Amino acid sequence: MNYLKTFTNGLLKENPTFVLLLGMCPTLGTTTSGMNGLGMGLATAFVLICSNIVISILKRLIPDKVHIPAYIVIIATFVTILQMVMEAYMPALYESLGLFIPLIVVNCIVLGRAESFAAKNNPFASFLDGAGIGLGFTFALTLLGSVRELLGTGNIFSFRLFPENYGMLIFVLAPGAFIALGYLIAIINKLKSKNA
Amino acid sequence: MTYILIFISAVFVNNIVLSQFLGICPFLGVSKKIDTALGMGAAVAFVMTISTLVTYLIQKTILDPFGLGFLQTITFILVIAFLVQLVEIIVKKISPALYQALGVFLPLISTNCAILGVAIMVIQKDMTLIESVVFAISTAIGFGLALVLFAGIREQLALVKLPKGMEGTPTALIVAGLLAMAFMGFSGVV
Repeated sequence: MNYLKTFTNGLLKENPTFVLLLGMCPTLGTTTSGMNGLGMGLATAFVLICSNIVISILKRLIPDKVHIPAYIVIIATFVTILQMVMEAYMPALYESLGLFIPLIVVNCIVLGRAESFAAKNNPFASFLDGAGIGLGFTFALTLLGSVRELLGTGNIFSFRLFPENYGMLIFVLAPGAFIALGYLIAIINKLKSKNA
Repeated sequence: MTYILIFISAVFVNNIVLSQFLGICPFLGVSKKIDTALGMGAAVAFVMTISTLVTYLIQKTILDPFGLGFLQTITFILVIAFLVQLVEIIVKKISPALYQALGVFLPLISTNCAILGVAIMVIQKDMTLIESVVFAISTAIGFGLALVLFAGIREQLALVKLPKGMEGTPTALIVAGLLAMAFMGFSGVV
């Protein structure tokens, strides 16, 4: 088992957003700015890493027939912890991400990695896989958030690049999310086909 | 009157897929044909209404009086997963025809974030029981409407020749963006 490969796999080759197309709801819903995208990505990465480690430790103890409900309870536990911590220490971010924090429970990436990786590998490899996929997701969300923030308001991470009047407000609103992600994936497809 | 407002707002103005970004996975996944889109829409309407009703009652009768609000996420997701299984078994027993039509979609629904999203939203917005049920049904209709419209467009889109990098998901997302733009025209109606 090559640990480095496990880690980089999630960053590039199996990037959850651009390649596997999983977890689209938070990807589109929370990326109104680079900061929100980064926050949501890190929140998901936290849940993913913790649930991956715990599931891979407990994998022998969980009966096969009830493994999905058991995984969901483990994931939901970490989401609840995350919710409480964020509400206490980062109320502004918690407020702006809103509904999407509890919805990490039904994020297909988390359950998908539990099922396809953590249930078969040792805790350390699962940790690396969780970190890789989590960072890949964070990267994708931050990129999409920055693109939308830049086109919509002229800022990147609240740093002004051009006057707000020139921004296209549509990119901060709902339609812009779909369109920006569509073009990002098209660009990545193009780059991939060139490399191949 | 309130109920009509909730209905219009949930179907058109705050459409669950196109302006709230919930339930995107089935929206992109099962929208290649109008028939399957209709089936998925019906299955979601069914489960969403029942699960919102049940989770609402659990929140008001168990979680709130005993101060267990922090267990909301865990409780709701388990209740929804359980209900989906239950609905599947009951429908299979009572109406094999309906099961034939909805069967494939039912297991997919437990990971549909729209269901959990609506259950939580109803609590956050502090709605009454009837308002919640009306909201759940309207949201599901909005979901079905978006899905069917999108499927109709994609059926046509399948006949078009596209640049290679744009095939599949990128085009689907851009079309969804245009659809969302059309739905933005409803903002201000309510």
